Amino acid sequence: MAVIASTPPSSTDTSAWSRWANNHRKWLFAAPAMVFVGALIIFPLAWTLYLSLTDAEGSVRAESEFIGFANYLEVLSDTDRFWPAVLRTFGFTGVALFFEVVLGMAVALLLWRPFRGEKWVRVAILMPLVATPVAVGMMWRLIFDPNIGMANQLLGWFGIGPQPWLAGQHSALPTTIFIDVWQWTPMVVLILLAGLTSLSNEPDEAARVDGANAWQRFRHITLPLLMPTVIVAILLRGIDALKTFDILYATKGRGGGSFHEVETLNVYAYGLSFDYNEYGVSSTVLIIFFLIIIGSMWALTSRRKKGAR
Amino acid sequence: MDVLRRSVIGTSLAVVAALGLSACGGGGDDSGESNTLRVTLVNHVWTENIKQALPEFEKQTGLKVEVTQLGEDQLSDQYNVKLNAGSSDIDVMMYRPLQEGKLFAKNKYLADLTDKTKGNAAFGFDDFQAGPVQATSYEDKVVGVPIITEQEVLYYRKDLLSKAGYSAPPKTLDELKSMAAKIQAENAGTAGFVARTGKAAAVTQFSSFLYSFGGDFVDGSGKATVNSDQAKQAYAYYGGLLKDHGPQNISTDMSWSEAMAIFTQGKAAFYTEANSLYKNATDPAKSKVSDTVGFAPFPAGPAGSKPYNVPSWALGINESSKNQSNAWKFIEWAAGKDQTLAQQKAGVPGARTSVWANPEGIATYPKDLADAIAISTANGVGHDRPLVVKVAEAREIVGQPIVDAITGKDVAGSTATANEAFQKLLDDEK
Repeated sequence: MAVIASTPPSSTDTSAWSRWANNHRKWLFAAPAMVFVGALIIFPLAWTLYLSLTDAEGSVRAESEFIGFANYLEVLSDTDRFWPAVLRTFGFTGVALFFEVVLGMAVALLLWRPFRGEKWVRVAILMPLVATPVAVGMMWRLIFDPNIGMANQLLGWFGIGPQPWLAGQHSALPTTIFIDVWQWTPMVVLILLAGLTSLSNEPDEAARVDGANAWQRFRHITLPLLMPTVIVAILLRGIDALKTFDILYATKGRGGGSFHEVETLNVYAYGLSFDYNEYGVSSTVLIIFFLIIIGSMWALTSRRKKGAR
Repeated sequence: MDVLRRSVIGTSLAVVAALGLSACGGGGDDSGESNTLRVTLVNHVWTENIKQALPEFEKQTGLKVEVTQLGEDQLSDQYNVKLNAGSSDIDVMMYRPLQEGKLFAKNKYLADLTDKTKGNAAFGFDDFQAGPVQATSYEDKVVGVPIITEQEVLYYRKDLLSKAGYSAPPKTLDELKSMAAKIQAENAGTAGFVARTGKAAAVTQFSSFLYSFGGDFVDGSGKATVNSDQAKQAYAYYGGLLKDHGPQNISTDMSWSEAMAIFTQGKAAFYTEANSLYKNATDPAKSKVSDTVGFAPFPAGPAGSKPYNVPSWALGINESSKNQSNAWKFIEWAAGKDQTLAQQKAGVPGARTSVWANPEGIATYPKDLADAIAISTANGVGHDRPLVVKVAEAREIVGQPIVDAITGKDVAGSTATANEAFQKLLDDEK
């Protein structure tokens, strides 16, 4: 820093400028990042918060009135669309996350030790992860088509009658959960595998010498050591699953189907703003949704800190 | 190893972030009257045809046309974002007069074209059909030029009908039902009837059933009438036909592409749909039934045959565009007499009276389709959905009884709920 301060000034003009710059350098260096955060995170958030307190609809440029917390009251007392959407959001996330972590752990353990053709298996397992979600949605929509889809044809070979899959009022959500598990388990595998590779072999070997069987070694040695990584995987995948939109939209379209079968908070807020042009109410749902995500993230990270200790 | 772990997590985070970010995009720059014209069009046969003809327009005018082409829903979202932001990077926009027309005009997204349309004799604005022109006007101002019209017709399979011993397509809705039932019973794996089932998507095609039963969405005094006796019968008929004689495990999300797929895969005998999509059924590359498909006028109900006859798409100019006079040049050309005739010959029903009067204009249509269209145009109803500002919401409301009927729920209860909700929407808009 002394170098900057002692640079000989070429004129009084620049010397004043460089002195100022030097005095404020901590702000100057941080400025780009602060502008970025301000413009891309704080402003949109504040604007959404403001919209949620108005009756904005039709056009954002049209005049809107400040109506306080009326939107919040309306949304929180809406048992027709809002609360079912909350339930679905958490149901979708909980069930998908459970299967992703359990399956992810199983696959990671399988891939942990070297074996022949390991590379190919790893590539194959990572395939779903690199596919774009909308393409994935379209593909599964074709497979699960009740009349011309492959899934029902396959069931037919085993003598099982055709299922409605995505078309059914009650089977649509489980089917989208299946698609989510198919697509995102590889990410959990990836994270857990990284965690497993970093584990030391010694505790495991010691337990083996003591006569512990495979399950005991996993339950009492590998899993506790891996716990911080598992929490990271749950955190990353959980937040992402709460916000799932692409797969639901690509398979069921607007409003999550005719009976809102797969309408989560994200899909609901999208519909409010793009179908109904009710920007005020939509912003309210998004703010509530945002608080929910912050809350879940906080709960999980505080557990993670406890786990790390 | 910790480094590896971090880098792996980092990579996966980057992948996740990239997937998330790829959904965003856009931006634009402001330029004055420029030689580059930005035109936003929907995926449609019309668009394919106009793209092929574009070089001719570019040569004539020296303008460069940049086409953005999107699906219906994506197009609608794009407009919502860009027009809301007052963006000037759309000059010409293809839009649905009955879906977004009122909303866009009310929000002042559409430039006033009254002087431009009426000031040019060669363009011949008088040539346009009155109904479509009404739909593209707002408060006595012309805000759009209709380019495609649509009527609902009955698509059917000639081979299945003759196999079942029928020599002609059904004339009435009762006949349609009994013929669908017979064909379904005699041909395992083939549905008697298919049509749109999605709550919002089905509303337009259901409207012809509603009118033919003597009902409508709203009565003359502006009251919601989706629970009138006629409406209840229409809902029960449409939903029942799909429930009893529709495809197995019927989805309640079908729009035209899914329903059309079932029909063109040879899995259904009858299909009611907009005529403007007929090429999907007659084109051998897209359809397994291209040589056996027939067309008939919409079957008559208790109130006669009352299909809709609407302008489905129009061209408008973005009010915020700084390139409006060039944009008008494009519309003059694309909706002009020559292009409309060329489009009509290529199978896109136009909005100009002259192309329908011209024998050349209907020469390429299947004979039975041309006859069906002529009948529909004569006794058609000018709207296929509730005429309100919040069309998307209204469609979901009046579409609920359709899916309830398809899934075997209580139609009377459903229409009562729908009517109440629809009335509330109408009151809110007053």
